[in-house]
Amino acid sequence: MSASKICVVVVSGSLERLQMAAMVASVGAVSGQEVMVFLSMNALPYFVKGNTSKAPHEGEMGRLMATKKVPEFKTLFEQAVELGDAKIYPCSMAMDILGVEQDGLENYLQKATGLTKFLHDAQDGQVWTF
Amino acid sequence: MAEKKIVDGRGSFCPGPLMELIVALKSSQIGDVLEVLSTDKGSANDIPEWINKVGHEYISTTEADGVWHITMRKTK
Repeated sequence: MSASKICVVVVSGSLERLQMAAMVASVGAVSGQEVMVFLSMNALPYFVKGNTSKAPHEGEMGRLMATKKVPEFKTLFEQAVELGDAKIYPCSMAMDILGVEQDGLENYLQKATGLTKFLHDAQDGQVWTF
Repeated sequence: MAEKKIVDGRGSFCPGPLMELIVALKSSQIGDVLEVLSTDKGSANDIPEWINKVGHEYISTTEADGVWHITMRKTK
């Protein structure tokens, strides 16, 4: 296991940010690093089961990405879990606001987590925010 | 008996080819040789980094007609 745990905080609902977060999480996890992801704010709705809406792009890169065979960010997050043992935590506050229960979220997510626990778990890691 | 497997990541962008390689490694035996095909130059640079970091045996990278062939042997 490499030295420092990677903690990825995703709050944006934009395609570019979700994509970059998914790349950091998946590549980090399959490279043997411990990875934990915290999903909150506008990022969480994409992980509600049955939500097929596309994340809007912020700029030219996102627009181009959508026209090419780039792995989907949700696939990458799932691969981070399946191939690299990453842990993805939905924010309990965001779940309350959305009115979604644990079984309404994708199965590869961990149990709802609050900021207090996430901050505690992240204190000895590097934090990446998207 | 060690096998040689082709992992066809052509057309996919980073980190797609790497992820396809890792999926293929899961179902491979120690000693097997895997060759990733990629049209994405970033992956051609990044996959050898990954192989070395994780500790498999990196064998070679060649390019022909816009396709990179990255070859490695599973060591663990």
